[in-house]
Amino acid sequence: MPDIKITPLGAGQDVGRSCILLSMGGKNIMLDCGMHMGYNDERRFPDFSYICPDGPLSPYIDAVIISHFHLDHCGALPYMSEMVGYTGPIYMTHPTKAIAPILLEDMRKVSVEKKGEQNFFTSQMIKDCMKKVVAVTLHQSVMVDNEIEIKAYYAGHVLGAAMFWVRVGSQSIVYTGDYNMTPDRHLGAAWIDKCRPDLLISESTYATTIRDSKRCRERDFLKKIHECVDIGGKVLIPVFALGRAQELCILLETYWDRMNLKAPVYFALGLTEKANNYYKMFITWTNQKIRKTFVQRNMFDFKHIKPFDRQYIDNPGPMVVFATPGMLHAGLSLQIFKKWAPSENNMIIMPGFCVQGTVGHKILNGAKRVEFENRQVVEVKMSVEYMSFSAHADAKGIMQLIQYCEPRNVMLVHGEAEKMEFLKEKIQQEFNLKCYNPANGETAVIQTPVKIPIDVALPLLKAEAKKFSALPPDPKRRRTLHGVLVMKEGGVCMMEVEEACKEAGIERHIVRFTSTVQINDAGPCLSTAHKLHAYVAEKLPQWSVHFSEGEISVESVLVKVEGDDDDQKSVYVSWTNQDEDLGSFVLNALNAVGK
Amino acid sequence: MKLYCLSNDPNKPCHILTFREITMMLDCGLSMQSVLNFLPLPFVPSQKLQNLPTWMPIDVTDPELDGELKENGERVFVDSPPEFCPPLDKLIDFAQVDVILISNYLCMMALPFITEGTGFQGRVYATEPTLQIGRLLLEELVIYIEQCPKASFASQWKNFLHKLPYPLSDSFKPKSWKQIFNMQSVNSSLSRIQMVGYNEKIDVYGALQVVPASSGYCLGSANWVITSDHEKIVYLSGSSTLTTHPRPMDHNSIKNADVLIMTDLTQTPISNPDSMLGVLCVVVGMTLRGGGNVLIPCYPTGVVYDLFECLSVKMQELGVSNCPMFFVSPVADMSLAYSNILAEWLSSAKQNKVYVPDELFPHAMLVKNSKLKHFKHIYSDGFSTDFQEPCVVFCGHPCLRYGDIVHFIELWGNNPRNCIVFTEPDFDYIDALAPYQPLQMKVAHCAIDTSLNFTQANKLIRDLKPATLVVPECYTQPPVSAPHLTEYTIEAGGDRTLIPYKWGEVINLPLKRKQGQVFIETAVAQKIVPVEIKSGVSLSTITGTLQVKDNVYNIQDSNDKLKKYVKYEWGTLNVNEFIQKLSHEGINDAKVETHGSVVVVHLQDEDALIQLEDNSTHVVCSGDEKVRTKLRNAVMQCLKKF
Ligand SMILES: [Zn+2]
Repeated sequence: MPDIKITPLGAGQDVGRSCILLSMGGKNIMLDCGMHMGYNDERRFPDFSYICPDGPLSPYIDAVIISHFHLDHCGALPYMSEMVGYTGPIYMTHPTKAIAPILLEDMRKVSVEKKGEQNFFTSQMIKDCMKKVVAVTLHQSVMVDNEIEIKAYYAGHVLGAAMFWVRVGSQSIVYTGDYNMTPDRHLGAAWIDKCRPDLLISESTYATTIRDSKRCRERDFLKKIHECVDIGGKVLIPVFALGRAQELCILLETYWDRMNLKAPVYFALGLTEKANNYYKMFITWTNQKIRKTFVQRNMFDFKHIKPFDRQYIDNPGPMVVFATPGMLHAGLSLQIFKKWAPSENNMIIMPGFCVQGTVGHKILNGAKRVEFENRQVVEVKMSVEYMSFSAHADAKGIMQLIQYCEPRNVMLVHGEAEKMEFLKEKIQQEFNLKCYNPANGETAVIQTPVKIPIDVALPLLKAEAKKFSALPPDPKRRRTLHGVLVMKEGGVCMMEVEEACKEAGIERHIVRFTSTVQINDAGPCLSTAHKLHAYVAEKLPQWSVHFSEGEISVESVLVKVEGDDDDQKSVYVSWTNQDEDLGSFVLNALNAVGK
Repeated sequence: MKLYCLSNDPNKPCHILTFREITMMLDCGLSMQSVLNFLPLPFVPSQKLQNLPTWMPIDVTDPELDGELKENGERVFVDSPPEFCPPLDKLIDFAQVDVILISNYLCMMALPFITEGTGFQGRVYATEPTLQIGRLLLEELVIYIEQCPKASFASQWKNFLHKLPYPLSDSFKPKSWKQIFNMQSVNSSLSRIQMVGYNEKIDVYGALQVVPASSGYCLGSANWVITSDHEKIVYLSGSSTLTTHPRPMDHNSIKNADVLIMTDLTQTPISNPDSMLGVLCVVVGMTLRGGGNVLIPCYPTGVVYDLFECLSVKMQELGVSNCPMFFVSPVADMSLAYSNILAEWLSSAKQNKVYVPDELFPHAMLVKNSKLKHFKHIYSDGFSTDFQEPCVVFCGHPCLRYGDIVHFIELWGNNPRNCIVFTEPDFDYIDALAPYQPLQMKVAHCAIDTSLNFTQANKLIRDLKPATLVVPECYTQPPVSAPHLTEYTIEAGGDRTLIPYKWGEVINLPLKRKQGQVFIETAVAQKIVPVEIKSGVSLSTITGTLQVKDNVYNIQDSNDKLKKYVKYEWGTLNVNEFIQKLSHEGINDAKVETHGSVVVVHLQDEDALIQLEDNSTHVVCSGDEKVRTKLRNAVMQCLKKF
């Protein structure tokens, strides 16, 4: 049996640094190439030495596929392609191709210019890396080479996020990247057809959560902000530049409008306008409602939300600030946090997942003091709220996706080990599917059935269909196709035996056997024949046993009765060698009667 | 495989293709030539049109015909809401159509006639721009006609066709003409469309696969590749090899077809779009500098985007950039906005702008700078304040029978400084202008048709190498206007079959399926034992349980014990060798008799005989299986098998 091998280099029983090696049909494909936000050392990037201890990866990898622009899915891409070395194609959607380089450059600046990291990729490397990118459109079938075919499906999550179906020969997988199964204020829900892959590799960030309704969460979020600004507090919402930020802005904008609130709302991203421009240009990737109304009103032109200036940090009075990055691990959001954390009037709302090692992760786990590299200590007195707005599928969503695409096996990645175990069991129970969750560096081997396409001569199919439809309908009856494969230089074709012999230029040699059994049964031959017919038919329930002009036949086996009306009858059983098993079975059955 | 032709206009095609029991409609274009026989529809009653004299055939006094026909300068027009010639519905019941494939937004205007109220149950496939822009064109058409309701409908004239003057007398099947559909039909019809992307493989009931491939003609335009396991049919419609704003034509996908159906070639075979664009720029420059206005009848999408881009640059050069451009259409705002979000469907030069990010078309900038102003109607808010002469007005409809253009002709027609420039190739400009004559304004004809001309089409055919080429009959003859120009035809050539077709015909296409496809499972494949019969040819039997689901054939391992490893014997049996093998089995009493070509071996003790011929062996014995098994072994050892 052929198999599919999967080795996570990142995201195996882990969140962050998604990078999964897929090997099937002799082809190797890298699914995502992310970085870990929680580390500043070599653990930040996937361990590419697993693929090849030294030197470029190009000889070992046929294609790289990037699911979306989040850095935990594409952050290591310039490092991989320009520093480790990869010259092959990189596939991603058009919005991802547009937005990923901006986020990479942003991250590079923070790492190199602020943190002073060495041996990081350069701006030029990001540009060179993006030159290797082939942009794909949803549902378009793309042939990477003669054997690898890929197709992108809508994943929701963030602008341009896609799930990828990958096929090599008769084997196929679906890799989800991050996705969400419920539409939000600016994106639609993930969608896939019944593509029945051999393996579905799904993220499982929220494997054990079944989240309450979106509306409730939104109401909660707005209530908390409203209460905080009412008492003059400042609200910090760390976000990533693109994605959740746009959804929360739409939410706040409409609420401020409706409640006629005056407290200022700031969006502290240098990218704001650029980001919203991308949303405008890729409006076809947003949800139905936004697409329908975009000509009259651009959802991303905000009336209440103003650009932020660093000087505002110390302004008195209430305000709400959206600041990057989302996990509070660097940059402006961290700077504001340091200033505002010591006041209990203030509030921080973490609208997404934070990986281990980040400040966001620490305060979400209740840390009341946060220590920084330069021995600076910040007391956390502000209230810390977590609101899961990350657009990831929850347990229900993951189960739904399995139902949609009907995979033969499931693999969970991008989640925490214990939570995965829980969901894994659930999947095995509910769908009776094998479910895998390999750790980083561990290889899962998935056996797949093969289906080999071969050509078949139409007369063969037609003869079978004619025979089948001539019989009375019986849902239990099996249809049998029998023929001869002719294998020539020009190809392989299945056909009727006579045709095959003609093709090969040979003459068949028919071998026929006729055996005689003596049976004692008085009366006319025809009555004996009738009795034998009933007897043979009973012995061969799966076969159609015919009776015509005193002769019994099943396939090429013929049974004939001869003799006078006295006791003794000669029963001739005759068959060709092709029906040897059937013929000798009938003969033995008749011998048993004769004795 | 059969092809039905339901449209008499190769540029507004509509076909039915039947293959593998699937009935497929290829495009559903709506020919609008019929509307030229009707009087224009002004918003406000026009003195001139109202005062046209009534026309009656000389010897007819039928009072019901009275008032239906009006005369203007030798031409007779029907005074009634315009009517359209829908695809022929006599050859096929639209309820039977399984799938409709749409090539581009100009080839779908008859869709509501096909899908609404006909019992149609099938699926409709089109790309996203085709659906979105097609919707704009349909909306515009319906609004144009509905905003000028007419009190009466003329129908009697259709009974007197033979007594009417040309060209009315030549009307094509006027009794089948229909009033335009309403918005409700449009919406309901469009809601049936499933959006597809280029190179997206769409399964049609398991029997066929259809894939749209970029055709380079307009935003989202596609050629369709229809394949079964072994056959490839390409439907080529509205294609262009020129570089304008759409994604370039995908040649690779449409190569080496068994059948290539080619339609919708250029309507202006003799002129070249580039030089026409040059003439247009000169005419616009001269008119504006002379203080006149330029009126450009157009559709609200397509070449008009290139015209905005080109003219704005040219007007700058000519020093008339202070003259504004007006774009008046009920869907102008939508059209401009949509064109700037369809990056994935544009040429790579335009596409790369999203990575900046920059607006895809310069018209977004022109709108921002107020160089291009768009309005839904001339009576829309702000138009009269913004309106300033001299100017350039882009406005529909190109047939000049409805839309705001009717008003502009009335407004500007009497001033010889003004100029009307025809760029859309769909309508003959003399016919289009006929009800307005006499006119003082200048008339320029610069039809820009970017679709394939005959030279390009013939070259393309040579590259694509189809086995059979199917084209409208008119493409096999020189244009009626220039019968000596035989190069304006599709060449028959090489070993390819050329099949012409015309309206109302059903033609058989030479595609006999000889092979199908089955999928075999591992367990079945493992039992294949190839036997080399001669160098390069191997045979093996194969048997399994057949499963047929959605036209896909699977062979699974059969657990039938009595018919599992069937093999076939071949060649001839050597008698001496056979006798030897018998003695190996302990049978030594063989007596051989020869009767002509038949050899009979008698075995007295075993009560058996074996009859040997060149291509057959018959073993006759008692019911004793031990004996028979020995004989069978001996026979099998002497024969080759696979
Ligand atoms: Zn993500």
